[in-house]
Amino acid sequence: MNAGPVLPGRDDDPDRLYTITRGRSRAPENAFDLVTLIVAERPPVPGMQSEHARILRMCEAPTAVVEVAAELALPVSVVKILLADLLESGAVTARHPRFAPNKARLPDLDTLKQVLHGLQRL
Amino acid sequence: MASNGSDVRPAGPRTPLRATADNALKIVVVGGFGVGKTTLVGSVSEIRPLNTEEVMTKAGEGIDPAGAWGKRSTTVAFDFGRITLSERQVLYLFGAPGQERFWFLWDRLFSGALGAVVLVDTRRLEDSWYAIDRLEHHGTPFIVARNNFGEPGHTLEQVREALDLPAEVPLVDCDARDRESGKRVLIALVHHLAALAGADEAALSVGAVPGVGAVPGADAAPGTEAAPGVGAVPASQVPPAEEPAPEEARTAIYEESTP
Repeated sequence: MNAGPVLPGRDDDPDRLYTITRGRSRAPENAFDLVTLIVAERPPVPGMQSEHARILRMCEAPTAVVEVAAELALPVSVVKILLADLLESGAVTARHPRFAPNKARLPDLDTLKQVLHGLQRL
Repeated sequence: MASNGSDVRPAGPRTPLRATADNALKIVVVGGFGVGKTTLVGSVSEIRPLNTEEVMTKAGEGIDPAGAWGKRSTTVAFDFGRITLSERQVLYLFGAPGQERFWFLWDRLFSGALGAVVLVDTRRLEDSWYAIDRLEHHGTPFIVARNNFGEPGHTLEQVREALDLPAEVPLVDCDARDRESGKRVLIALVHHLAALAGADEAALSVGAVPGVGAVPGADAAPGTEAAPGVGAVPASQVPPAEEPAPEEARTAIYEESTP
């Protein structure tokens, strides 16, 4: 890599991603949505993998999976694997989206009203 | 792999969500290259749009199960922004490319989205055909917004015809750079979703009456059976008529079924 970036990133070579994920390529199925909000439950500890530590600092306030990915400049699936580690160890908790589409894939009217009100206040 | 100039992100402070935020929703803006997706997302977002990516194999089956992040995988980038709706709710807006390979990732990334906005540029309408086809295939409710760059050479009716867009799918004009305009697009989508949801609910509650619930289509005779319901709605409750006329009947049903 010519620029010698400080952060591991999307332009990194595959070996680097392999290292970050310790060879894993898949988070537990459906463990996280793109917009699952992640909340750190404790501060980083010395010796922790640097990506884990960054996630914990970032998630002092609720942070969506996709924002974590953008901030770390890592593919979403890589971030999900890292988050799964933290979730398993109890270092983070996850607030999953409550909206589950019904058969017709339509949101409930209550949700829509809240979205509408929020948009109108913009 | 050289670094990509468009990926440069500011090192500036992030704007955190409220500590009470506990439910995030998704709306996706789909469109061809250069149509203004990021502009639209940015005009309504409370954060500067961010860019991220997902990895897929060339076979389009997600990540290579062999564990290789390498040769067989390719990436698809997308933008997003967000809008805090309330103490607890936050809406994420995604700008997604309409390109073919992206749709392999649609379910993984955007299942559970409230709906989608197809952003079109009348100079390149053909870029939107595939996206519209895919959304219909996935059953994702959507509206179409024409990003009006100032010299509309076509009426919306002509655009609708060129897109072969069903009458029940709203088509609106917008200026993606303008916050109010972007906001109106999103509100139009929510009205559309409400109309769809309302129609379904009405269909459930009047299930015994054949015909009413079974014909949500715009041009399906909204005659004798639908008329009483529509008439029962006080005029003051009828929402702003931004939508084409065929929307009104279903919107009215929705209003009626809402406490």
